[in-house]
This record gives sequence, structure tokens and C-alpha cells, in this order.
Amino acid sequence: MRPARRWAAAVLAAVTVLSGCAGQEPDPTVTVFAAASLRESFTTLGEEFEDRHPGTEVEFSFGGSDTLAAGITGGAPADVFASADEATMARVTRAGGTSGEPEVFARNRLQIVTLPGNPHRVRSLGDLDRPELKVVLCDSSVPCGAASRAVLRTARVRLSPVSYEQDVKSALTKVRLKEADAALVYATDVRAAGDTVTGVEFPEADTALNSYPIAVLDDAPQPERAGEFVAFVRSAEGRRVLRAAGFLEPAPGAP
Amino acid sequence: MRGGGPGSAVGPARSAARVPSALLVPAAAGLVFLLLPLAALLVRAPWAELPGQLGSPQVWQALRLSLLSATTATALCLVLGVPLAWVLARTDFPGRRLVRALVTVPLVLPPVVGGVALLLALGRDGLVGRLLDDWFGVTLPFTTAGVVVAEAFVAMPFLVISVEGTLRAADPRFEEAAATLGASRFTAFRRVTLPLIAPGVAAGAVLAWARALGEFGATITFAGSFPGRTQTMPLAVYLALQNDPAAAVALSLVLLAVSVAVLGAMRDRWTAGVGA
Amino acid sequence: MTAGGGSVTAGLDARLVVRRGDFLLDVALTAAPGEVVALLGPNGAGKTTALRALAGLVALDEGHLRLDGAELAPLPAERRPVGVVFQDHLLFPHLSALDNVAFGPRCQGMPRRAARAEAGRWLERVGLAAHADARPRRLSGGQAQRVALARALAIRPRLLLLDEPLAALDARTRLETRAALRRHLDDFEAVTVLVTHDPLDAMVLADRLVVVEDGRVVQTGPPDLVARRPRTDYVARLVGLNLYRGAASGHLVRVDGAEATVTVTDELTGEVFVAFPPSAVTLHRERPVGTSARNVWRCRVAGIETHGDRIRADLTGELPMGAGLTAVAAAELRLAPGVEVWAAVKAEQTHAYPAG
Repeated sequence: MRPARRWAAAVLAAVTVLSGCAGQEPDPTVTVFAAASLRESFTTLGEEFEDRHPGTEVEFSFGGSDTLAAGITGGAPADVFASADEATMARVTRAGGTSGEPEVFARNRLQIVTLPGNPHRVRSLGDLDRPELKVVLCDSSVPCGAASRAVLRTARVRLSPVSYEQDVKSALTKVRLKEADAALVYATDVRAAGDTVTGVEFPEADTALNSYPIAVLDDAPQPERAGEFVAFVRSAEGRRVLRAAGFLEPAPGAP
Repeated sequence: MRGGGPGSAVGPARSAARVPSALLVPAAAGLVFLLLPLAALLVRAPWAELPGQLGSPQVWQALRLSLLSATTATALCLVLGVPLAWVLARTDFPGRRLVRALVTVPLVLPPVVGGVALLLALGRDGLVGRLLDDWFGVTLPFTTAGVVVAEAFVAMPFLVISVEGTLRAADPRFEEAAATLGASRFTAFRRVTLPLIAPGVAAGAVLAWARALGEFGATITFAGSFPGRTQTMPLAVYLALQNDPAAAVALSLVLLAVSVAVLGAMRDRWTAGVGA
Repeated sequence: MTAGGGSVTAGLDARLVVRRGDFLLDVALTAAPGEVVALLGPNGAGKTTALRALAGLVALDEGHLRLDGAELAPLPAERRPVGVVFQDHLLFPHLSALDNVAFGPRCQGMPRRAARAEAGRWLERVGLAAHADARPRRLSGGQAQRVALARALAIRPRLLLLDEPLAALDARTRLETRAALRRHLDDFEAVTVLVTHDPLDAMVLADRLVVVEDGRVVQTGPPDLVARRPRTDYVARLVGLNLYRGAASGHLVRVDGAEATVTVTDELTGEVFVAFPPSAVTLHRERPVGTSARNVWRCRVAGIETHGDRIRADLTGELPMGAGLTAVAAAELRLAPGVEVWAAVKAEQTHAYPAG
């Protein structure tokens, strides 16, 4: 029955999107739009949330934060939005899309990702400047690119990358396929790639931490359950799962 | 052309009136469907920002790279694709139908997957790419040559299918006549077949060029994105879309204008060539 | 494989065996230099396949193909000294008449300028020097066929193949082109093989006919002999004779598969053919008496065709045949399908010859 119900829910969601109106009928599904980097941890959290709230289902739509934000401001019937950066969330908030103040629930820091076993013995950002190394960075128009630019400025390192990738996953892919020797990606991406790559921490990463805000949306069809889900993500259990995926705790004293 | 009773004046107005509405209505709907997004692009274009966008050297850099790589990729498609089409159309070997089906694979493959496949084959650590690196010190990813390879991979099926269709429609007996005059199969191909199918080759080349010019997925996956080296117009448009949609629309318009101009000019020239 | 075939014989000596599914072509052909041989036969008989095999466009499954003593069978078309004139000329549409003719010499390695000069001379020979720069689609059917002939001759072939060279032309052009072709073939010193289904083309152009039916040679000989002594219904129809096979005993031939005998002037025994032309038949409403005709059969009119002022009646009955008579005679006899008639033929108008 479960797959059939999920399917029906998807159709319903599609219909409401098409008709452009958020339905009022009792719908036990919480729809969460979440940044792609949250896929592993949020999938785990969703299942745990469903176990704790029998009868409730959590539907995820993972994607680039920009794309998701565009969907939300365009009227997609989502309950919760979890963005990979504050700027994108701010755009939704400015458009009146969130109900209440977004809260940072996790942070991500950059790592140098290298070929498995780090054969070129990369230890610092400065090492990336070696001419024999092919380095890829995210394009500065996407969050990981902006962060990369910031840490390189801090470290006063000027790189000549071979490519500016359109997102963090494709930067990682270039290293996984051994096309590039190193890239700057998030610690969570390195963790998710397992032993196909090796991550190298560097101190300047702390100067450009990426904050992940989460918020219940103004037009949420299930505002109550949505609030409960947000609380669950910020709970001790939620933090444990996020930490396991490589995320950092939100800054102490953050709201 | 045909039809029309005796004495019926054949004029444009009359032939238009003769189009059955069962065809006219969907045809008009189809045209609107194709042109509406284009119209939206034009209506919503940030015309005020356009001069500023066009003044930026990055735009011209990306445009230059796009035209250069698409044209080179088309040349590569011609050099490899026309002979391939000839073999498929004119020879018989076991598994020919399978080969023909395989040729069209890049058409159905999502371009990003095509890019990954190219990396696995021609990348630094790829099946063949590894040998290229070891023997010649050549690596294709992150180079303009890589862009050409990615574009040619995606565009070549259009050329092969188009040329093969033309070859099948062409009378193979001209090649036989050439053979009886002492022409080897290659000479017959070069001096007889190729001139006969030139319009089909041109049509295929135009299709391939247009496809190469718009190529995004395979290019960014295989060749990456670096301004002036591998960042073609579609890549620039995509990246601009991330935080400056207005700039993206402006870039799109430039690409659109250039491609329409080039395709229009080629079409005129090519139909004129056929008529002469 | 010929044992001890040491002497080099000029001309063509071929046995062509080609299998195409159920169809088997097995044709032997010989021709001396200067000779024009016509392959004559109905559609689907295998004439064109034989021609393509000679040209190298179809591979032999068996047999041999020797030209002036050299074995051609293993050679591809482009290396055979064979010129072909195709039925619909197949001039290259993107080349001028001159460049079409120069194509062969160019392929044989002649420099461009020399090849074009050579082509110009050939066009002059076929009377088309004025059209050297014309594209094929600007030429009339007859002109195109003459350019095609010039193109085939320009490679100086040792074997010239003509595939229905006049079939695509209208009647008037055909007459002129046939006469011109005859002149060119007279000048041509090597072997010519002509494929046609038109007996007139064959009779006018060929020195010898090879009649092919269903992949086999059924008759061969000089045109006049074949015309006088057909050996199959197809040939008999082509040359317009009534033909019967039967057993002869003295002057009497018992026709196979019919309740009739034919009295002939020739004296023969055994299997024979008997032929007589439709014009030799006279028709009567009553059984003729006191006529010198020795052969009288009871027949029924199956159909009537008019050819100008001549009427041709198809008869069934004791001996099926075609009868030719004038329109006046037909009217007097009130001939109509289904009418019963007596058909009479004088013995001296029949021609009997051994079938063996």
C-alpha cells in the first residue's frame, strides 16, 4: 500500500502545483524542500520522524537551493525549506515566503578533497598552487564557490584552477573520476563520497563557514507538523544525525 | 502543387485556403508552442541592461569560444560522420542494424551522462584517455579540445542520420556507373556520391552545428567550465542564472541572435547553391 | 578451369552462373572482336543480371569470364576493360557532358587537360560537340544516350555493354538513335553485348542473337535464322510466327498436345518444329472444298485485334493460332469472338525443322 499512497500523494502535489492553489483537505504529508547536500542526513531524519509520528509522511524534494527557492516563491506547496546558505533563504523571506524567523540548524565547512590516499601529499591551501596539480573550484556564482573564494583570499593563495564547476557535486565528481587532483568541497560531500576520495582539513575553512537555515513556510499546508519537523531537526537527535554526516553544530549563541 | 480543378487559379491565397483545418489548427498550435517561450524571452529581456552586458568582454569571449568549438566540432562530425553514414547506407555486414541503433545512442543519452561516459573513456584516467596521457601527454578534459569532443559526441548522430537518409534516397547506380568507368569506390564516393548528396550533408551539418552550439550537459561534465577555454555560451548562461537571471536572459539573446543569423545565412547560401 | 587452354583467343568467352535465391542464371557467351551479340529475352529472364556479371557489378557464383584471353572474374568492376551504357544513361547530373565523358579517362590517370580534350573528341564523334558544357538535364533523351555512349567508349573498352540503350526513348528518337548506334558499333573493333527485349533492336544492331529465358540460353544464331526458325513460343511471338512442336513422319507432323496434324513440304522424322506466319492462314465460314490447302482445322475466334488496316484473330480449337487478314475480309466473314471458323494453311507456307 505504501508505494501506492506515496504515488497518490505525488499526483496530488502535482495537481495542486498545477492548479496553483494550496489544498485545504487534511493531508498527512509534510513536504520538505531541502538543499541537495542534505540528502543523506534528511532522509534518515525523515524516516525517524515518521516512526515517531505514525500516520505522518515526509516527502522530500532535494535540489539546488536556488532552484528550490524559485519553486517556493513560484507557489510550490511546500511546508519546510532548508537552504544551504543564508542568502538564498533571505530571498524567500524577503518575498514573504517564510512564517517566522529562519533558524540555522547546521554549518558546513570546506575541505580539500584529493585522490584517495592523497598521493600528492596536499597539506594546505598553498599546496594547491603546485603546477602539476589540476584543481577545480566551484563557480563563484554558487555558494561553495563564494566560500572557496573567501578562504583563498584569507590564505592569500592565488590558484589557477582548470575549471569552475556549476555545483559542488560536479566538482567532487571530477576528483572521484580522477580528472582533477584536488577540489574545494564541503566536508559533508567528502564524507558522503566514502573512500573514493580523501579529505584534507585546513584552518582557513573556519573563516567561511556555510550556515544552513531552516524555516516553516508561510503557505505551508501542514504548518503544525512542519513546525514539529523543524524542531526535530534542531533536537539532539537531529544534531547527532547531522554531525554523523559531517556537519558542524550551529554557532554557539545563534538563534 | 497538384490538385485543383481545371482552370483553377493557383495562387498563395487559394492554396492557403485549401489547407484542411484538421492540419491547420494543430500546425498553428505547434508554431505558437515553439515561438511562445522565445517571445517571452524577448518580452522579459532586460533591454536596458543589454548594452552593458554586450560591452563585457566575458560575453564576447564565451561567444567566440562557442562559435569556434561548434564549428570545429561540426568539421569533426563531417570528417568522421559522412564516411560512417556511407558505410551504414552502402555496405552490408553482420550487425549493421545494431551499429545503426548504437550510433543514435548519444541522442537518447542525457548529455550529462554522455559527459560522464566521455570522462570514463577519454578522461585522464579513462580507458583510452589513460593511453593518450601516457603516450602523448594529451589530456582532453578542461581543454577547448575537450569541448569540441563533447560537442561532436552529442552532435554527430544528427549528421550521420541525416546523411545516411540522403544516401539511401540517392541512386546507388551512379556509383556503379562510376565503377564501370574505372573509379575506385573511394573515387566514386568523392567525385560522384558526395556532390550528389551535398544538400543532405549541408542539412546534416547545420543540424549538428546548431546542436553543438547549444550543447551544455556533456560539455560542462567533460570539459568543465573555465572562461575563455571551456566556458561556452550555454555554460555562461547557466552560471549567470544562479544569481543574475537578467544577465542570463541577455546572454541567451546574444546566442540566439548569432545562431539565427548564421543559420539564416547558411540556408540562403545553400538553397542558392542547389538552385544554380 | 579449362585444361590446356594455352592459346590466347581474342574476344569474349564466358560462362556466367549467378544464383539469386530460387533464380539461377547459367549462360554461356562467346563473341569475336567486332561482333555484336544481343541478349534477347523477356523481362526477368536474367539478361540484365548477365550484363551486370560481365561488368563486375554482380559476382559470379561459378563459371568464367575471359576477355582476350585474360580472366576478368576476380577483378572488380573498376579494373575491367568494360564500358557500360545504362538504360537510363546514368549521366552524372552534377557534371557537364564533357566532364561526364572525361570522367573515365581521368580515373585511368589521364591529366585533366588531356582527358577533357579526349572527351571533346568523343563528343564530336557522337555529334554533340556543341553541347559539351550542358548539364545532363538540359539534354534530350537521345542526346543523353549518345553522351552515355561516348562516355563508355572513352575508356577504350575491350567489351562494350549496352543495357536496353533505346528503351527509354520515344519512337522517333529511337529510330535515329538506333541508326547512329549501328554506325558506332560498326566502327567499334572490340566485343559488344547488347541487352534488349525489343526484337527490332536486336535484329538491326546484332550480328548474333542469344535468346535467354528463365536464366538459360534457349536459342542462339544469326538474327535471320532465329527469325525463321524460332525454337520457343517467346521467340515465335517476337518474330510473329505460329510455332508448334510435334512428331514428324514423312510430310505429316502430329502436333504435341493438340488434336491436329500439319502437312508440310519438308520431309522429316522425329521431333520437329513447325512454323507458319499468321498471314498464311485463310479463314472460312464453311469448310473449304476444292482448295489447294492441305491443312484445314476447325477453330473458334477467341479475340480480335486491329493493327492499322490489318486484323489479327486469335483462334482456339483443333490448332490454336494467330491469323492475319484484311479488315475487308474480316467484315465479310462477320468475325467476332465466339464465331466458329475453318482455318486453312497451304503446306508450302509452313516451315518444319528438327527440334533436336
